Amino acid sequence: MSISRTLLTTATALALMAGAAQAETVRIALVAKALGIGFFEAANKGAEEAAAELGDVEIIYTGPTDTTAEGQIEVINSLIAQRVDAIAVSANDTDALVPTLRRAMDRGITVISWDSGVAPEGRAMHLNPSSAPLIGNTIIKLAADHLPDGGQVAVLSATTTSTNQNIWIEEMTKVMGDYPGIEVVATVYGDDLADKSYREAQGLMQSHPDLKAIIAPTSVGIVAAAQAVTDAGKVGEVNVTGLGLPSEMAGHVKSGASESFAIWNPIDLGYSATMIAHALATEGATAEPGATIPIGRMGEVTLDENGEAAMADPFTYDAGNIDEFSSVF
Amino acid sequence: MSLLKSREVVLGGVIVLLLAAIASRFPGFVAPANLGRVFTDTSPLILLALGQMAVILTKCIDLSVAANLALCGMVAALMDGMGVPMPVILGTVVVMGAGLGAINGALVWGLGIPSIVVTLGTMTIYRGTIFLLTEGAWINAHQMSDAFKAVPRQVILGLPVMAWIAVAAIAGVAVLMTRTALGRAFYAVGGNPHAAVYTGISVGRTQFAAFVLAGALAGLTGYLWVARYAVAYVDIAGGFELDVVAACVIGGIAIAGGAGTVAGAVMGALFLGIIKNALPVVGISPFWQMAISGAAILAAIAFNARRRDPGRIILKRAEVRA
Repeated sequence: MSISRTLLTTATALALMAGAAQAETVRIALVAKALGIGFFEAANKGAEEAAAELGDVEIIYTGPTDTTAEGQIEVINSLIAQRVDAIAVSANDTDALVPTLRRAMDRGITVISWDSGVAPEGRAMHLNPSSAPLIGNTIIKLAADHLPDGGQVAVLSATTTSTNQNIWIEEMTKVMGDYPGIEVVATVYGDDLADKSYREAQGLMQSHPDLKAIIAPTSVGIVAAAQAVTDAGKVGEVNVTGLGLPSEMAGHVKSGASESFAIWNPIDLGYSATMIAHALATEGATAEPGATIPIGRMGEVTLDENGEAAMADPFTYDAGNIDEFSSVF
Repeated sequence: MSLLKSREVVLGGVIVLLLAAIASRFPGFVAPANLGRVFTDTSPLILLALGQMAVILTKCIDLSVAANLALCGMVAALMDGMGVPMPVILGTVVVMGAGLGAINGALVWGLGIPSIVVTLGTMTIYRGTIFLLTEGAWINAHQMSDAFKAVPRQVILGLPVMAWIAVAAIAGVAVLMTRTALGRAFYAVGGNPHAAVYTGISVGRTQFAAFVLAGALAGLTGYLWVARYAVAYVDIAGGFELDVVAACVIGGIAIAGGAGTVAGAVMGALFLGIIKNALPVVGISPFWQMAISGAAILAAIAFNARRRDPGRIILKRAEVRA
């Protein structure tokens, strides 16, 4: 009896201490793959935005000077020593960080990974920027949005064996019924080589004179296709879209070869990672399969059986926002 | 009869047949404008094949040409970013390419290391150097000046400058090979190194010259490539060295050295270029494309082996007769 009383007292005391801690500032560490990379600087911007929204949060943005697991382990060790409340890490290595992160979790620190994941035993959950079904839907939607009357589109992929691209194209095919009037006339492979992608894009325009859009879900392909369209004098006739990086696509968006394209938004990603870390560290949200965690303006995420969640549709970049992001990543 | 036996004539016939077969499925392919486009697209391959031909003639091989191309292309893009005027950029890439070729040549000549090992090493070093220069970052269309991108695209007499550069290189190398002492030395060194030494030709120096020529052409092509595709990054033209060697082999440049013509190398490059440009438009499954390209190369090589030029076994034939 007395033992359980003692336990109860201790538990109450702990709960009180936790309550006291909650009233203070929650310190969330955002660990980048390396400092000085535009993508992560932008994620930090999102984290600060989330912190301002939440009110009682301090963001510690940190990371090694180069993209090594050793550097990240050092950084995380120092964060453990500082007794931060949560660590959100984009990992340089899936497995190497696990022992250190486990130690952090043993000390009561909430650990999540985002962008680049850690093995399940080293984190409470992982936040993916998007998911295959969302990407598959986005790439066809990007083309369809600029084709109100429908038309022919073609896919310029990476290699025939690229797992990611094949899954995205498969997911795209599943939702084709939602886009009546859009007809995928060909899927060709540029092997992620600039010259082959360029040639394949030329071939598409030759063999399908009525082609309205080329969807390239690969950063080499989308740039090469945009250049091929420009050189063929078909800007305005053939819209190049898909997945690319703003810094690489800026010129082609301005020239009109590409109306819009998509990729994750690092600001939203940093924002969501912070929201999740805060929810897990303070509000009693639990990271278990099937759990739903609210992420402020981004809605909510649901964890799958591997403890992973997908944030949102890839973010669309067009002439309106390309300048803002082309300097970021 | 000797005309029929000429491998260049046979290859020319095969190319015409190939064009006819493609035209039966996609008539637009043989329109003059499109053939011009195909020639332009094949220009980088022709330029590199001409240089590779000189190297192979001397019993060597240069696997670093694509890496050389990528490095010089990146340097050209970086210089353009710094506002260096076009003529200086063009001069620099040619000199730099020649310099990179000279490194290969010096290692082969001075240290006597087999060229395949030397160029396998420098291939990795040149690619690695691009990474050091850029830390893996890309240089994109909007970071290049309009003048930089315009040069290869400028149309003169119906063909872009890029194609005219290839034409000029073909003419230049043809004169070099057939009308100069150095050109004949390439053949002599590869055909019979011992005899070449007795006639006063330095085998090493001739090989060195071949590497410098291949390097200079690769450097020039590096600028053309980057300007044409309007993007420069570490992996551009990855694996292209194998296309270049394949073009030479299809064109009948004997891999053992000493035999081959400029016309052969050019037609070998055109053969590959036509296949590369035709496959996307004739509606063949992409899964078959690689197999078809490979089969074409094998067929050409098998043909090459069967029709081996018997010129160098005069004595054996004389022995048999005796």
